[in-house]
Order: sequence, then C-alpha cells, then structure tokens
Amino acid sequence: MMNNNFEHIPQEQFRFVQMDERLHDKKLETKSRSFLQDALLRFSKNKSSVIAAWILLFLVLFSLISPLVSPYTLNDRDKLFVNFPSYVPEVAKLGWGIMDGSTVHGSQNENSVNFWKGIALETGLDPVISVENTYTTLVKYRGKMVERYTYDLKVNRYFEKGAVYWTLNYQQFEDLQKWQNETGIQVVLPWVEYSSIHDIRDNANLWYECDDKGAAILDKSGNFVPVYSSRKEIEGAPYDSLRIAGDDGSYIYSFSVSGAVRVRVCYYNFYQYLNGREPSYIFGTTSRGQDLFSAIGIGARFSLIFAVIVSAINLSIGAVYGAIQGYYGGMVDMILDRISDILSGVPMVVVVTLFQLHLAQKAGVLGSFLFAFVLTGWIGMAALTRKQFYRFKSQEFVMAARTLGASDARLMFKHIFPNAIGTIITSIALVIPGVIRSETTLTYLGIVNLESYVGATVGTLLSDGNAAVTTAPHTLLWPSLFLGLLMISFNLFGNGLRDAFNPSTRGAED
Amino acid sequence: MFKYAIQRTLYMFMVLLIITCMCFVLIRMLPPETLPPGDPHTAVVLARREAQGYNKPYMVQFGIFLKDIFTKFDWGISDKLFFGQNVVKIFTERLPASMIVNFYSIIASIPIGIGLGIFAALKKNTWIDYMISTLTMVVISVPSFVYAFVIQYVFSYKLQLLPFLMKSGTDWFSWDMFVSILAPIMSLSFGVIAGFTRTTRAELTEVLTSEFMLLARTKGLTKAQATIRHAMRNCFVVVVPAIFGEFIGILGGSLIIERIFAIPGVGGLTLNAINARDYPIFMLTTVFYTAIGLAGGLVVDISYGFIDPRIRMGSKK
Repeated sequence: MMNNNFEHIPQEQFRFVQMDERLHDKKLETKSRSFLQDALLRFSKNKSSVIAAWILLFLVLFSLISPLVSPYTLNDRDKLFVNFPSYVPEVAKLGWGIMDGSTVHGSQNENSVNFWKGIALETGLDPVISVENTYTTLVKYRGKMVERYTYDLKVNRYFEKGAVYWTLNYQQFEDLQKWQNETGIQVVLPWVEYSSIHDIRDNANLWYECDDKGAAILDKSGNFVPVYSSRKEIEGAPYDSLRIAGDDGSYIYSFSVSGAVRVRVCYYNFYQYLNGREPSYIFGTTSRGQDLFSAIGIGARFSLIFAVIVSAINLSIGAVYGAIQGYYGGMVDMILDRISDILSGVPMVVVVTLFQLHLAQKAGVLGSFLFAFVLTGWIGMAALTRKQFYRFKSQEFVMAARTLGASDARLMFKHIFPNAIGTIITSIALVIPGVIRSETTLTYLGIVNLESYVGATVGTLLSDGNAAVTTAPHTLLWPSLFLGLLMISFNLFGNGLRDAFNPSTRGAED
Repeated sequence: MFKYAIQRTLYMFMVLLIITCMCFVLIRMLPPETLPPGDPHTAVVLARREAQGYNKPYMVQFGIFLKDIFTKFDWGISDKLFFGQNVVKIFTERLPASMIVNFYSIIASIPIGIGLGIFAALKKNTWIDYMISTLTMVVISVPSFVYAFVIQYVFSYKLQLLPFLMKSGTDWFSWDMFVSILAPIMSLSFGVIAGFTRTTRAELTEVLTSEFMLLARTKGLTKAQATIRHAMRNCFVVVVPAIFGEFIGILGGSLIIERIFAIPGVGGLTLNAINARDYPIFMLTTVFYTAIGLAGGLVVDISYGFIDPRIRMGSKK
C-alpha cells in the first residue's frame, strides 16, 4: 500500500542528495557583454551616427579651442577691418586663392584700376591679386569709335584700404617713428595737401595729380605725378625716420592740428604697429571688426553649455514630475497633467518675453532666459517618464518590492526609474539641439540680448551677417554652416543613440 | 464622437482662458508707460486707462478686458507702435501676408512630402530609401532660417532671380507678389516637406508589413492595387491629421522668416510690439499664438477620432 500521507513526514526520512560538491550553472564559454557594450556595438554599426558623432566631437572641440587658438579676443575690435573676408598672410602668400582676403569687384574701369595701382605704388602692397575677366566695349568718343575696357578684378580688401588719415599726439608720433626705425616697415606716408587733390578730404589714397572726382591724371609716359607737400611751415612735428623712395628729404610727413599731428598712415602696416602682428583672420571679421573664428567659438560654447544646463535641469524636474504622475496615476495624474497642459500651451516667445520684462532686472538677462527655458522645457521629459512608469509600475518586480515593504519613493526611484533611464538619457541627445535651435532663434530675433554676458552668440552673428549678405557673405556662411552641421550631427547622433539603447523602438518616431 | 469633440473643444477654451488670464495679469503687473505731461493725448490715454480699470484689482481688470472682448470685440488701443489705433484693425491687416506665405508653402509641400514618403516606403531598405531617410533627417535638423540665408544668397544675390524682400502692397494674388514671396515659401517648405516625408514613410512601412496587406495580395490584388486601396488608406489615418495640424499653423507665420524677408505679417508685428513694449498688441498676439497652438492640437485629436474610429470616445491612450 502506497503511503499517501505527505503531510507529516518525519524529519529523519529526509536526506541530502549530495553534499560534497557546490552546484552552479555551467560557466559561459563566450565572454559576456554588458548592456553598455551591447549598445555601443549597435551604435557603431550605424554608420551615419558614427560619422555624426565624430563631427559633433570636432564641433565641440572647435568651440572650446578656437577662442584659445585665436590671437584675438572679442574686445579686439578693429575699426576699419569690418566685415572683411578671410585672410591669413602666410597662406595668402602661397597664392592658392584661399584665405587671401579677396573680393571680386565686377566691371571696374580704368580709373579704379589706376586707383589700386596708386595704392600699390605708394604702400608697396598691391591690392589687385588677379584679373578675372576683361570686357571690351566700343564707345563713341569725340566722333570716333574707341575701345574701352572694363575688368573684373580680384582685390585684397586688407591692402585695398591703403592709406588712411589718423590723428596722433606728439608722443605717439615719436613712438611710431621709433618703431619704424626698428622694424623698417614704412607706416607714415608723406602728407598731401587737400588743396592739391581738389579738396577731397575723405580719401587718403590720393597722392597724385587727379581730377575733382579723384581719378588719376597721368603724365605722357603713363606715370603718376606725385603732389606730396614739402611746405615745412605746416608740418606737425619733426620727422626723422624712413622716407619713401623718391623723397629727397623735403617731403613732410605730418600735418599740424591743434595739440596733435595728423598723418597719412598705411593702415595695413599701422595695424602691425598697433597689434604687433599682421592681420590674420581665418574666417574673416565680423560687422564689429572682431575675429569671426573666435566669435563663433565663443557663441557656440555658450550655446552648448547653455543647452546642456537647460537639459539637465529639465531632465531632473521632468523625471520627478513624470514619476509622480505615472506612479500615482488617477486623480494626481489628471491634475498634474492639466497643469502641464496649461504651461505647454504658452508660446515660447511669450514666455521668454514676459520673463525678460519681469525678471531681467532681478535675476539678470541670462538668468531669466534660463528660467524661461526651464518653465516649459521639462514637459516633454515628464511625458516620457510618465509613459515609462505606466509601462513598468504594474510589473511583478514592483509588486514584489512593495510586498517586502518598500516605500513609494524607493519603488519609484530605485525600482522603476532605472528601467526608464535608457529612454530618458537618450532623449537628452535629441533635446539639446532643440534648445540650441530656440536659443539661436531668440537671440537672432533680438528678443534676448546676451551681448554683454556672452560677447557673441551664434544668433547675433547670424543676424549681423544677414544684414551684410551681399557685401560680406562669409559672415553669414560660417555661423550658418556651424549651426547647420551642429544640428544635423546632434540629431543623427541622438537617433543612433536611441536606436542603440532601445532596439525595440528602432525607427519609431516619438 | 460628437460628444468627444465638444468635450475637447470646451477643454481647449478652458486652457486658453487660464493662459490668457495668466499672461494678462503678468502684463498688467508691468508698470504702464509714463505719459508726457502736458501732451494733449495724455488726458485721453489716462481716461482710457481709467475705463480699463488700471487702478482696480487685477481680476477686475481681467473682467473688464473679457467683457470688452465679448461685447464689442475690443482688444484695446495701441499706445506706442501705432498710437491710438485699434489693435484688432492693425492685427487683421497683418494676417493675410502671414497666411499667404504659409498657405503656399504647405500646398507645395503636401504632394512632394507625401510622394517622397510613399516612394521611400515602397523602396524600403534600398539605397533610395536610405538616401531619402537620411536627407529627411538632415533637412529636418537644419533650422529654416539657414535655408532662408542660402536661398537669399543664391537666388536673390548670385542669380538675381528673386527679389530680396517681399513686395509691399496688398495685391496678394498678383504674379509679382507670388514671385516676391517664392523665397520665403521655399525656405519654409524644406522643413514641412521633410516632416511629411518622415511621417508618411514611417507609417506606410508599418502598414505595408501588416497582415491585411498579405491577405489583400493573396486574394489576388496586384501590389499597386493593394497599396492604393488598403495601405494608403490606413497610412492616411496618421498623415491627414498632421496636415490639418499644419494648416492651423499657417495663421501664425514664422517670426524669423518674416523678419528675414520683411513680410508684413503677424510675426513681424509681434516682434515690433515686444521691442516697442506695446502691451495691447502683445496681449493680442499672445492670445492669438496660444489659440493657434491649442487649436492645432485639438484639430489633430478630433480628426484622429473622425478618421479612425478606434481612437474615438475619449479613450485613454
């Protein structure tokens, strides 16, 4: 007869199957892979995202390094080299046609060609790099058909500036002469009386016989006729330094004005005297005469740091808010949802403006700008967290933890939240470009003026550049290119990251 | 369905009212413009402020504000930008310019965007699909003003095909006007096209792999028939509400594009009002933009309900 009584089995009837050996699972033969490694592997398979990540790294490094590498700070504002194209003397000398500070001046007549020739002769710096095109037209002149030529000329804008009038005090004038003697660079040019150039006062580049429009009148052999002044009585201060070729020592190099001297200086060389180096602007100059290269770097650095801070704050607020919404559900969820509905309904422009009007005096422009981004920025993150919480909160491991007596806060942040963290972290990579985009838009529109805090923002650079789109396209090109690349690479990178961390949602857009 | 639509609409108005109230109080809290003493207008402005209840509690002021709107549709009088003019009149003058540019850009974008999306979905996992998807991603990432700069430089400056700025005047449908707004239309369209392409492609690829498509093929339909009759219909459940949502957005105009091309639209008015601290205009544009944003969401929600009965009845997602 079978013993079916399993209720009270006496203890001594039990015995161990074995005691000698520790039992464990068979050891895996392959190397195990962590979640992170797995994600990285998936990420590296996505080629466009990998490329985007490298570009992104490059752009971030650029924004960090360019202000350090550039010899200029944002306070170096040149008054005359404004909106000038890219120029690096070392590269320009190679004649590759890049970074030579050139602009093409279309359909120029003989007079302008002579004007530039005059600059080249006097300063020794030839502005004309090359003749792009020559056009021949037949014009009727005094009853005869005459050939007239017009040219498209590639001109170096830095050299084109030529001579300018400058007022120096006596001490400065002496220092300048001393510097000239040391370096052998001719800065001061002989004075030309206004009366000998038809009283043209705004053009310092006329040193020759010209008509009342400033067009050169050449002598029979086609040479310029100098009209330098040698009247000692109007000389501003004694001059004992370099003299230009063809000067027999009688030319005067300054003009007396009350308490100071007025001189004609070759601006390119004068710039070297003032700054101790030749002008060298990799991206050219901005409309304020700053170095565009470092200005973009500084603007971009601000954008990136600002976006990261905003995203971090929004992440924290949104995570807590969404966790409470998702965990408690029901009435709490509904009320909190209504609040975020209302906040998300207010347009961004309005929020930023109101914060600027109310808070700018107390919290500063930058502070109120940050607040404005935080006010509505967290809502997306909260919705995301809420969704994840709804997904996980009714699963068994949560129930198990609750049965063991875990508190609500512990359940929320120790048990459920880690499951949602992958989604949340990857969504940051997609939130940051959004913040940069709005920040750029708002500074572009001038709703927020961060100039005094940051110096330069990509938005203001774009706005200045747009004003000069025809004359200085480079001021628009580089900031736009930077912003465009940054946006594209951030989004591609973010997408790749999201697909890598959440393989189940690949391709879904949410 | 009808009940759902009514519910959603009422809810939207509630939210709008609360936001309006908040913004109203925040704007009224700012110190009003000091008036030049001795100016003949000062007395008029002071009397008007008295009538608007400037010295009363904010909620009373809000009551007066609402009463004026509901009884006379009076949103106040501009006190800086267009001194003494009715805000609503100024505003409605600006509306057509914004609308026309956005309208054209969406009309142009819908066929291109959906066409590209369908093409990419049908050629799924070929190089064409990869190219379209990547391009879409790239185009969507770049802000619309970057396109505006490129278009302005290439078409207006280098090729001299298009004018730099929008032509002035109110002949909205003349050929000259159309040419002058081509540049802003193009700059706005890039993003919209990419958006439609992405939505259509994502939705159609999902529908194409579903079982009813297999059934349709098994019962003898050709691929084209099955795609047009079954896949497209289901795909439009998502695409059509997106189109409706975009259409609401055309009223708003784009702040930045209007600024670049000097379009005399709502966006420009808002910016000027902000810069000049013209609060009555700012209040109106605030309500306007809020209403547009909310209405966009509402239209999407309700049209989902109309097109797809499964989503109806206010069911929780």
